[in-house]
Amino acid sequence: MIRFIAVRLLRALITIFAVVTFAFVVLRMSGDPAQVMLGPDVPQEAVDAFRRSWGLDQPLWVQYLAYIRSIFTGDFGVSMRDKASALDLVLQRVPATLQLTVPALLLKLALGIPAGVYAALHRQSFADRGVILLAVLGFTIPSFVMGLLLVLIFAVILGVLPSGGQDTWVHGILPTITMSIGGIGILARFSRSAMIEVMGQPYIRTASAKGLKWGDVVWNHALPNAAVPIVTIVGFMVGSLIAGAVVVESIFSWPGIGRLLIVSVGNRDLAVVQCILLIIAATMVVSNLVVDLLYGWLDPRLRSNAAH
Amino acid sequence: MATINLSETSRPPGWYATFIKRLRRNVPFTVGLGIVWLAAMVAVAIFADQIRPYNITAMDLSSRLSHPGALKHLLGTDELGRDVLSRLLQSVRVSLIIAFGATILSAVFGTALGFAAAQFRGAVEHLVLVLADFQAALPFLIMSLAVLAFFGSSMVLLVCLMGFYGWERYARIARGLAISASSQGYAASVVQLGATPARVYFHHILPNVASTLIVSMTLTFPEIILMESGLSFLGLGVQPPETSLGNMVGFGREYLTRAPWIMLAPSVVIVLTTLSISIVGDWLRDKLDPTLS
Repeated sequence: MIRFIAVRLLRALITIFAVVTFAFVVLRMSGDPAQVMLGPDVPQEAVDAFRRSWGLDQPLWVQYLAYIRSIFTGDFGVSMRDKASALDLVLQRVPATLQLTVPALLLKLALGIPAGVYAALHRQSFADRGVILLAVLGFTIPSFVMGLLLVLIFAVILGVLPSGGQDTWVHGILPTITMSIGGIGILARFSRSAMIEVMGQPYIRTASAKGLKWGDVVWNHALPNAAVPIVTIVGFMVGSLIAGAVVVESIFSWPGIGRLLIVSVGNRDLAVVQCILLIIAATMVVSNLVVDLLYGWLDPRLRSNAAH
Repeated sequence: MATINLSETSRPPGWYATFIKRLRRNVPFTVGLGIVWLAAMVAVAIFADQIRPYNITAMDLSSRLSHPGALKHLLGTDELGRDVLSRLLQSVRVSLIIAFGATILSAVFGTALGFAAAQFRGAVEHLVLVLADFQAALPFLIMSLAVLAFFGSSMVLLVCLMGFYGWERYARIARGLAISASSQGYAASVVQLGATPARVYFHHILPNVASTLIVSMTLTFPEIILMESGLSFLGLGVQPPETSLGNMVGFGREYLTRAPWIMLAPSVVIVLTTLSISIVGDWLRDKLDPTLS
């Protein structure tokens, strides 16, 4: 088990390191931030001074080493635009993003899994078909189309909900719904097929044959076994709590990480973009790691296999 | 026997009727609809130049933001008086070309890496797995956003970038299938006969794993369409004056209150197309994938 965890941890660290390197190389290779920051008509001396003060005149590998060294001391660089610490700028935006993504995640779990399980237990019924149809529709409609349709219906035509901004909790309703619909569909479909597969297993037949109540069979025998594949998807959703709101934040002008990323990318604010990429990758990697460990806990067979 | 089989007395059905009958028996109705829609979209993509009534940049300033339904502009016009129908047809073409190109790229790239991992094992395999971890850690939308914004968007870059989408899925499948194939008799025997690795992989293993790979292509294809339209919606994908489905939705968004049809027309096409691929893909998976059932 310890070896299993150690290997996972090492892979997680290598992954984060790869993301940092990728972000660094791509962002530096792609042109001079001095030009974008200062505009086209500034004298050469100003450009030179700008590049010198940000260390952009150094060779790439010197910049890279300096960057890695400063990350280890907790210094993620300074925003070229706001002259403030990049990490602070990014962390300021995290709560706003979580205000959308956490309720959306809860909504996905609360609606998606029960709908899928119910459909699996009532196969071929009217409800089952309805769930499948809605689920497929839910994840084939892209979030930007869904968001704009909701705005069109509830803000423009009915005029009952605001179309953008972050002033009150009412402003969060449409973005949260937009964000959760696709996930509800995916979870419903996944839970349905996981449950159907489990319900066909011999141990379920044994459990019902020995006279257990139907509810007990479902709760104690079927659900724990169906949980393994569902946990993978949920883990992925948790991992994208930070990154998953880019499009929705942009539709509803919600001042979260996604909007900051788009604005900073437009401004070529290297430190901020790097910091966002690092945080996104770290959340993703950590939640994947937790899912891997949860697997071992949920399914002892995987634990012994992975250790070998 | 006194009973007469009526079907033998009637005229034998023509090839057309037989075809329809077979089709009805083998293809569910919704799948049929999906196939028809996809065929129509492919036809639109091929003949977009011939069937579109106007040039996509032609401005009709006297009828800006005109409502759909008029004979002159069936789906209305946008803020510059450009015909929405013409732009829609061109958008279908652009979005489909990108999605086709990218799907093929990512299938080839991923399968090649998967085979390489299966052939060489050791360091190469670890490298492929690290790359797959990397891909899983950085959401694709975020990565492409950074790359496109910093390098500037061009059609070639967009297709190449989208060509990385989902490669890890093919790599994982190809690696797993190739490893299990090499433990089966047929691959080992051609190796014994002196076939080069390339021959073993492309002539013997690939045909055996092709159906599973094709199924995952039907999964990747709609996702690439959504990814491209999402990027274009954010203004980072296809750049004006060229147009794509997401790009149209993005620009239509500004006229949501006054002219919702600009944004609704491409939205409907996106949803119907991804829905069709999803339905047809599920059906194909049931038919083709030997690992199911």
